[in-house]
Amino acid sequence: MTTERRPPLDAEFQPDLSVDIGPLRLRNPVMTASGTFGYGTEYADLVDFEKLGAIVVKGISLDPWSGNSTPRTVEVASGLINAIGLQNPGVEKFIREHLAQLKRFSTPVIVNIWGRTVEEYAAVARRFDTEEGVAALEINVSCPNIKEGSKLFGTDLTAFRKVVAAVREATRKPMIPKLAPNVSDIGAFARAAEESGADAISLINSVPAMVVDAKTRRPRLANITGGLTGPAIRPIALKLVWEAARATKLPIIGMGGITETEHAAEFMIVGATAVAVGTATFAEPRTAMRIVEGLADYLRRQGMKSVRELIGSLRS
Amino acid sequence: MQTQPPSITIEDAEVLRQEPWQGGYHLLVLRAPFIAPRVQPGQFVHTRLTAPADAILRRPFSVFKADGDTLQILYKPVGRGTSAMCALRPGDSLSLIGPLGRGFPLPRPDAVPVIVAGGYGMAALYLLAKTCPRPGLAFFGGATVEDILCVSDFEVLGWEVRVATEDGSRGVHGLVTAPLDAFLANPSRPSTIELFACGPNGMLRAIAERAHHYSLPAWVSMDRNMGCGLGACLTCVQKVRGPNGHAVWARVCKEGPVFDAQTILWEDEA
Repeated sequence: MTTERRPPLDAEFQPDLSVDIGPLRLRNPVMTASGTFGYGTEYADLVDFEKLGAIVVKGISLDPWSGNSTPRTVEVASGLINAIGLQNPGVEKFIREHLAQLKRFSTPVIVNIWGRTVEEYAAVARRFDTEEGVAALEINVSCPNIKEGSKLFGTDLTAFRKVVAAVREATRKPMIPKLAPNVSDIGAFARAAEESGADAISLINSVPAMVVDAKTRRPRLANITGGLTGPAIRPIALKLVWEAARATKLPIIGMGGITETEHAAEFMIVGATAVAVGTATFAEPRTAMRIVEGLADYLRRQGMKSVRELIGSLRS
Repeated sequence: MQTQPPSITIEDAEVLRQEPWQGGYHLLVLRAPFIAPRVQPGQFVHTRLTAPADAILRRPFSVFKADGDTLQILYKPVGRGTSAMCALRPGDSLSLIGPLGRGFPLPRPDAVPVIVAGGYGMAALYLLAKTCPRPGLAFFGGATVEDILCVSDFEVLGWEVRVATEDGSRGVHGLVTAPLDAFLANPSRPSTIELFACGPNGMLRAIAERAHHYSLPAWVSMDRNMGCGLGACLTCVQKVRGPNGHAVWARVCKEGPVFDAQTILWEDEA
């Protein structure tokens, strides 16, 4: 652990940005957050995929899913509440139409998966097990926007263990459960992921939230409630990543309101091995790219030759 | 067939002019050398304002005029984003993503183009009128005379403009459908007509019903709250009739904002 402060490095020095997420080596620790980068191709004109650590695509289920009615998102102060409802084309169409496009890039693709039952989680994981071009699976146990069971997987420790264990049985791909923030003991979920065979964990998913229009007295979302993301949740996310890091040895992908290089650094300082940029991509599609560049500069200023020195380097 | 949109970019546009317009509207003139020459009628730009500081999303605007490396946006300050837009001064910069969305198809050479617009829709249809191979007929509707925005711009292009206002302060007293219905029911009108519409959802739906009744091709430009503007976030979805007849979500920012009016499933709209 790096506790001392060091003199800055030369401007020409190129710090090592590579990190390991379990068996997965990333060229840098900055990835996109599931649900905010579509299936990647939507951003192909604007973002250089080769500069990203990894691309995490929007949640995929076994069958196509039409999601919620509109309005599906509402902007709030420093945040966005969404209730898209996991709309996706299903695993087969995703593999045929979207994964095929993503394979053209060297950047690892992490596929976010979800199901309504333990069996569905296992089935979609099994389908991806032999699929080239899928570097890892992120398990969405915590999307607050579907009512049929998934919420339980994210906040009930027994159900969480079951689904993680079932996915572990179904695939040898690196497996990354994505944790819900609305639990009383995040450390317990981090440990349960480790004990159930996860290779890493990611957190946090969106924070359950709602907005009402006082004039009409109606909810602002068709789904009534949704998940809050963006800068508003960053301090909450940071605290949960810090707690999770103290509870498990698993690599952590930290996320929640990251819009600047310094935010990414903060998550790594409290123990994340990598970070994901989510809602910020909507306004500035090149945020993740910018943070990759910013991290090298930040490390030089910190006198660190490798980004790995930053992980868990919180000074007391 | 609708044409494929050209490639898109993020561009820091320079504010050249900011002028008050009638009815509380403002005209913003921007220098955007990449986007301006590529804008097709019906496409939009996604703007990033630096204020308010806690804003999370960009704001989409139709392009009013595009000429050389400049483009114009006609807007009305209605929320925090558009109010902040009023503060932009010459020399300021405004980040744009564009040009976005699928605009209007090339007008049929054999049909008389008929435009129906409400409020801001008049500005959003100007570029289309300009690219039509022949001038047509435009129906403009608004609450009051102040909401009838760019009649002279259309007239300079040789278009005939018929106006309706709800308070009768200009043109026919009533909704824009009043003069439109009179025109459509007239047996001596041209038989081959193509409709293009932009305005409030209720108006667009009324146009779709007329188009269906008279078996006329009609294109409507839908207005929705948007997130990314690139088809990724699935905020601005609209139920449409898919190729096999089933209801499917279309992304207004990507498959739209212009749709064949007969494909829109109006009952499912938010």
